[in-house]
Amino acid sequence: MTQPAHQPNLPRPNFWRRASSLLYKKPWLGLVLLLAPPLLWLGVFYLGSLLNLLFYSFYSIDDFSGQIKYDLGFSTLAQLFTSSSNIDIVTRTLSMSIAVTIACAVIAFPMAYFMAFYAKGRTKAIWYLLVLLPLWSSYLVRVYAWRLILAREGVASWFFDTLGFRPVLDGILSLPVIGGPSLSSSYLGMFLVFTYVWLPYMILPIQAALERVPKNLIQASSDLGARPTQTFWRIVLPLAVPGVAAGSIFTFSLTLGDYIIPGVVGAPGFFIGQVVYTQQGAVGNLPLAAAFSVVPIIIISSYLMFVKRLGAFNAL
Amino acid sequence: MQNAVELHNLNCTFTSGSSTVRAVDNISLSIAPGEFFSLLGPSGSGKTTCLRLIGGFEQPTSGSIKLFDTDASRLPPFEREVNTVFQDYALFPHMTVRDNVGYALMVRGVSKTERNRRSDEMLETVKLGGYGSRKPSQLSGGQRQRVALARALINKPRILLLDEPLGALDLKLREEMQIELKGLQRQLGITFIFVTHDQSEALSMSDRVAVFNHGRIEQLGTPRELYDAPRTAFVARFVGSANVISGETLRLEPRREYALRPEKISIASHVSSSPSSGFSSLTGQLQDIHFLGSQTRYEVLAGGERLTAITSGAETLEIGASVTLTWPADAPRLLEVSA
Repeated sequence: MTQPAHQPNLPRPNFWRRASSLLYKKPWLGLVLLLAPPLLWLGVFYLGSLLNLLFYSFYSIDDFSGQIKYDLGFSTLAQLFTSSSNIDIVTRTLSMSIAVTIACAVIAFPMAYFMAFYAKGRTKAIWYLLVLLPLWSSYLVRVYAWRLILAREGVASWFFDTLGFRPVLDGILSLPVIGGPSLSSSYLGMFLVFTYVWLPYMILPIQAALERVPKNLIQASSDLGARPTQTFWRIVLPLAVPGVAAGSIFTFSLTLGDYIIPGVVGAPGFFIGQVVYTQQGAVGNLPLAAAFSVVPIIIISSYLMFVKRLGAFNAL
Repeated sequence: MQNAVELHNLNCTFTSGSSTVRAVDNISLSIAPGEFFSLLGPSGSGKTTCLRLIGGFEQPTSGSIKLFDTDASRLPPFEREVNTVFQDYALFPHMTVRDNVGYALMVRGVSKTERNRRSDEMLETVKLGGYGSRKPSQLSGGQRQRVALARALINKPRILLLDEPLGALDLKLREEMQIELKGLQRQLGITFIFVTHDQSEALSMSDRVAVFNHGRIEQLGTPRELYDAPRTAFVARFVGSANVISGETLRLEPRREYALRPEKISIASHVSSSPSSGFSSLTGQLQDIHFLGSQTRYEVLAGGERLTAITSGAETLEIGASVTLTWPADAPRLLEVSA
């Protein structure tokens, strides 16, 4: 190979120089090198195990021997919709997820709004800290702490007593479905704990979305005669929808898959996460566990499609 | 006569941490209805803050703002009969061009058909007919500029504020838009208050210009007054270009400064002893020549000062040569001593 004459002040090409210039000339090569390891990981371990799990939902279990029958079929998946207790579990989990998501969005929005538009410098840092602080301590500890707070003799109960609102609490607890003997053994209590635990996952995406709304859009809206409430509904909220959508995907899917909180706080009814946990563990019915875990995947996918049709991602 | 805008002893102070900035420092001015009025100044001179005070986006620390004889000092933007074209257009990204333009009508509850009809009409006015169903992101800078203009004009405001509206456009488009804006202003008869840091833009478009520096108005007048009779060295240098020369060099009043426009100076290669009557002259050494196309600029070192002369002819001179600069004796303007 003939070497072209080299300019005297450029150093002689060695391996690294050649590699650099090759990467410079062919940017896709760099991309391949960068993405190959994570894609490999994602493909083999993540998608592989997921597909494996999904496959199991097409198998079924032999009622007599308790052995898994490796024949593809829909009998296990059909159980989700035929057995009334399974339908109850799905609707119970779904309703809880929807309620928690709505509550989180309603509570998170004003906080995120304040953080994005009003808090500056130090105040902003403190707010970030307050939002993130709970995530630094163990989730289990916090959930058990809530069980104590909500217990019959707990702080919440004492608080209602002290303020003289005992009848209000008793009234709420006597309501059907959400009520129960105490807050810690009712769906209302479970709802409170879920809302508390997932709130940061709603605040942060909304705050990020609001942060990206140019302040002069709000001024422009006001300049064109819109009162603050009109500006909020017409400009701020539509531009924050991607953040609300992202946050709701977190709170919704986290509630949908959680198996700890329903076991620690709340009424005895089963949730999807718990069923998956017991079916694949104690009972050994891996196909049914797999079938149950298909449910959140389908719900989340259809939710994403629904949100996309609303135009939540148009502003991205 | 009733004024469109009246600012009286207006102050606006910003505090960040321990430092305070007097963005607008005791400004009083009045703008007549239908006037094209420019606020000209370098960045940080307070011109934009002044505009934002009129628009209601900032609160004055003290002083008053009257719009058509009504005190508006404490009114929020949505209660002022003023609309704004923002520097970076501030178009709503999630709405179509038509909805952007019709926004002011929508918040007032005008029906959708009426709104769309008037939006489309307004888009025709700014030569964007047929673009109504696009999103702002699908438009070029110049087109967005026009949408912002249409949006601000749809409600027929009595005063239109323009915050460096042409700043982001390239030169060619800028010049086109300058002509169009001026034409639109004449056609609609609306008071335009125009913020710019581009002196040629201010001179070519405005009826009157206020030159801002350090939160104050250095001089207020017609473009011709500002150019022909700058009061301070700042105005002389900022509006057009000027030689600011000491009285000693010019053999005029000592310890004072004079402004001399480069195009008033003619340059000759021969060293003449005395100028003809009514003219003054100075000899010096030619330092540099810049060919500008229609004009040529000469840098001359004379009397220890660097002077610039601009001529439309093309004298054949060489760098380093001795030259004589001549100007009409009444051309230098005595400048005020800056405070």
